[in-house]
Amino acid sequence: MKVAVIGGGIVGSLLAYELSKYDLELILIEKNNDFGQEVTKANSAIIHGGYDDPPGSLRAELCSDGNRKYDILSKELSLPVKRIGSLVVSDDTSDSEKRLEELYRRGIKNGVEGLSILSSDKLQSIEPNLDEKYSKALYCKSAAITEPWMVAVLAAKGAEKNGARLITGDEVVDSISKGRNIKKVVLSSGEEIEVNLVLNAAGVYFNKVARIFGVRTPEIILVKGQYLLLDHLASELVSTIIFPLPSKKGKGKLIVPTIDGGILLGPTSEAIDGFNPEELSTTSKGIKEVADAGEEFIHGIARPKWFIKTFAGLRPETPNKDFYIKLSSEKTNFITVGGMRSPGLTAAPAVADYVIEYLIQEKMGITLVKNDRVRSISPGLRIKELSFEDASKKIEENSSYGRIICQCNQVSEKEIRDAIRDGARTLDDVKFRTRATFGRCQGGFCTWKIMKIISEELNIPLEEVKKNDKGSELLDGKVRK
Amino acid sequence: MKSHETDILVIGGGAAGMAASLSASKQNKHVTLLERENDTGGVLNQCVHNGFGVQFYQEELTGPEFSTRLHGEMSEQNVEVICESYVRNLDVHEKIAEIFSPQGAYTIKAKSVVLATGARERPFGALLIPGERPSGIFPAGLAQRFVNLENHLPGKKAIILGSGDIGLIMARRLHLEGMKVIGVVERLPYAGGLTRNVVQCLDDFEIPLYLSHTIIEVRGSPRLEAVKMVKVDDSLNPIDGTEKWIEVDTLILSAGLIPHVEDFADEGALDHVNKGFIVSNTGETVYSGIFAAGNNVAIYDLVDYVAAEGWIAGKNAALYAEGNLDKTRHLEIRRGKNVNVLVPNKVTTEEHLRIYLRLKEPIDEGKIIINELGIEKEFKYGVPSEMLQLTVNKKKLSELLHDKDNVTVEVIS
Repeated sequence: MKVAVIGGGIVGSLLAYELSKYDLELILIEKNNDFGQEVTKANSAIIHGGYDDPPGSLRAELCSDGNRKYDILSKELSLPVKRIGSLVVSDDTSDSEKRLEELYRRGIKNGVEGLSILSSDKLQSIEPNLDEKYSKALYCKSAAITEPWMVAVLAAKGAEKNGARLITGDEVVDSISKGRNIKKVVLSSGEEIEVNLVLNAAGVYFNKVARIFGVRTPEIILVKGQYLLLDHLASELVSTIIFPLPSKKGKGKLIVPTIDGGILLGPTSEAIDGFNPEELSTTSKGIKEVADAGEEFIHGIARPKWFIKTFAGLRPETPNKDFYIKLSSEKTNFITVGGMRSPGLTAAPAVADYVIEYLIQEKMGITLVKNDRVRSISPGLRIKELSFEDASKKIEENSSYGRIICQCNQVSEKEIRDAIRDGARTLDDVKFRTRATFGRCQGGFCTWKIMKIISEELNIPLEEVKKNDKGSELLDGKVRK
Repeated sequence: MKSHETDILVIGGGAAGMAASLSASKQNKHVTLLERENDTGGVLNQCVHNGFGVQFYQEELTGPEFSTRLHGEMSEQNVEVICESYVRNLDVHEKIAEIFSPQGAYTIKAKSVVLATGARERPFGALLIPGERPSGIFPAGLAQRFVNLENHLPGKKAIILGSGDIGLIMARRLHLEGMKVIGVVERLPYAGGLTRNVVQCLDDFEIPLYLSHTIIEVRGSPRLEAVKMVKVDDSLNPIDGTEKWIEVDTLILSAGLIPHVEDFADEGALDHVNKGFIVSNTGETVYSGIFAAGNNVAIYDLVDYVAAEGWIAGKNAALYAEGNLDKTRHLEIRRGKNVNVLVPNKVTTEEHLRIYLRLKEPIDEGKIIINELGIEKEFKYGVPSEMLQLTVNKKKLSELLHDKDNVTVEVIS
C-alpha cells in the first residue's frame, strides 16, 4: 500500500513515524526546506496535562494520551522533553477557588495523572517569586516542555530510518482521481506520486490541500499568538509553567521556561480577519500585554534588558474549536487531520494512533501489518549538555566540537555541520536544530560564521545562503569583484 | 583534559585585552590571553576607517593598524594567545577557568584575571519593533563585517536606525560602496555618535539625519520591503499623522552596545547605569583579583580610552599576582547632577584617577565638579554622545582623600 502524508509539521511527521512501523510504501511531503517550520515552531512548546479541554471532545480524549506517549517517543526518537510541571494559579476569592476546583475535577474526568491542588505554602515553596496574591494552584506534575520543531525533525528522521521517503522543498499542487478514488498526487516539481491513501496534515493549509483533492473541510479561523522571549537569566526566577485561570478565549498568557533555558511570555489570542497565513506580525500592544501578564505573576521578570526577541505564531481553529480528524465523504482514500489548535502539540502522538488504529484500520477496514524495521534514533550531541570531562573527550575525538560558533548558546562547529548534513539548508533550519543564534546576541556575532559553514557544506556562494524561504537571501552583490 | 597554570589570565583579545596582556607581561609575568576569533584585534579588525590611536599612540591609525601595532608589541612579550577559545565557566573566587578550543579542553588556574570581554550589539528583537520578521535586518557590526571583511553588500537600499558611531560609519561605508542610503534615524533630538562622525560620515555625503524620528514597524516577507518612520515628541512618543512608509531592503541597527558581562558576574558586580562591571581606578571589580577593562565596564567613545584602561587593569593584575597590590581603602564615587555613565565606581590611592563620564542632558557650557578633590573643570558644548574625561594624580588623591568617605562627581551649567 502506498501512503502519502502531506505536511511535515509535528502532526504529519509523527503520523509518518507511526506509519513507518507498518509495512507500507510511505512518503512524507513538506513544502518548506525543513520540518516543523510553520505552526509547529511558534507556540508555547508545552506538553499539556489535559485538564482544561471539554470532556467528550477529541481534544480531551487525545491530550492526556498524547502526553503519556511522549515518554515512549522520547526514548524511541531521543526527543527533548522536560517534565517540569505546570501551575494554574488563582487568588483567594471564592469564585477563583471554585474555578480551580472545577478544573481539577475536569482533569480527573479527562484521565489526567499527577494533579493536585496546592495550598499557599506549597505554592510559594515551588515558585518563591510568585506574587503573593496567588494563594492556590492546580499543580500538574505531568506537564512538560519540549522543542516542537525538533519533535517534527526527529520524527521525520525516524520515519526515514524505517524506510519512508522524505520530500522537502516541494509541495502538492494537483491530484489525479478516478471517480471517488485518488490515484496520484502531483507536486510542484512535476513529480507524480501514485497513492492508495492520502493523509492531509497541512496545518494552516489543510483547507487548501483538501480542495486540491476535491474535499470540503470546515472553515478555518486563524488565531494569532504573540510572544516575547527572555534571556536565560530570567529563568532564575521561575521553574514551572505558570498559567492563569483559563477563560473562554483559551489558556491565557503564560510564563513558560524553554527547553534551552530561556523564558517565553505569552501568547496573546487574536482571531485574524480572513485567511492570511503570512500574518505573523507583532504589535506594540500585543507585546506589552504579554510582558504585563508576566509581571503580574512574577515582578521583575519582564525586564527590558532581558528582552531578546518577539515573534508570533498561528493556531488553526475550526468553528466548533475541536480537532477535525476525519475520513473524507467525497473521496474514499483521503483523511484530513486539521484544526490542530492547542493542545495539538500534546495530542499529536495520540492523533497518529487515532488515525492509524481507528480511521484506517477500523473505519476504512484496512489491515496494516507491523514490520520489524523499527530503529531508534540516537540523541544528537549538544556539547553544552555534556560535563566538562565528557566534552573534553569529544573534542579530542573531533576538534570541531571545541570550536564554539554560537557563544551565547555554546553551539560547536561540529553540531552545525552535522545539522546541515542531516538536512538543514538555511540559517533558520540551523537555528532551530542547533539553537545557534537563539541566544542573547541573536546571531550578531555568529551569523556570518554559520553562513560560511552553510556555504561550504552546500557548496553554494555566500549570497545564496538564505534566512528561510526563497527570496530571504541575506546578501546582495559583492563589494569588489 | 589538560590543566594549565598562568600568572594572569586575560579573557578577550580586543584593544583592552591586548593592552592588558602587554602591560601585565611587561611586569615579567606569564600571561595567557583567550580570544574567541581566530585572531586578536576584536572589532578593530573590521573598522577599516581611520581615527584610532590619536591619544594612545599620538598618531592617527585605522582599526587594523591599531590592532596590528598592539599585537606586534604584545608578541615581543611573554604572552600566550589561545585563539578560537571559549570560556565555559569562570570561578571568580578560585580563578579557575574552563576553556574549550579546537586544540582541546583546558582548565587554567590564574593568580589574577582581566575580563576584557567587550560588548555586543543590541539585537533587533530587543527593540520590540512590531511587524514582520523578514531577512535584511542587520546589526551594524554584522553589516560592517560583511562589507569590510567578507566582501559582500547586504542589499541595495538601506536605512539606518540609531546614530551611534558605528551607524554613522556604516552610512558612509554603504554609500561609498554603491548602496542607496536613505538616511540615519535617531529618536533623540541629538546624534548618538561623535560630532566628527556626523560631519565626516553624513554631512560630507549629504546623507540625511532624521533627529527625533524612529521606526515603528517593519514590513516584508521573506525580505524587508519597507519601514514605517515616524516623528517623536519630547517624551519619545510617536506623533500621530507623521507616519511615513519608506521602501528599503536593508535596515541597519545602531541601537546601542551592551557590555558583555552576563557570563562572568552576578548582578551585585554590576553598575546599573553603566551596565558594566563595577571597577575601581585600578580596574579591580568587586571580586578580589578579578579586573575588568574596556567596553564591559562602560561603552567608551574611543579605543584609546579602552586600551589605556586595559593597560592599567593589566598592570594592577600583575601587582595583584605578586601580592603587591595593597588592600587600601576604596572610596565610593557617586553620581551627582547631570551625570549618567561614570567610570570608575570606586577610587583607591594606589593609582591615578581617570574619570570618564557622560552627561544626562546636553549643555552649552558647564563644569565638572568634584568637591572632595577640589576640582572644577570647565567645558563647552557637552553632549551625552561625547565622554568627558579628566585625570587626577595619585599623589593628590592621597593628600585629599585620607579623611573622606566618598567622592561625588557632578556637572553644573
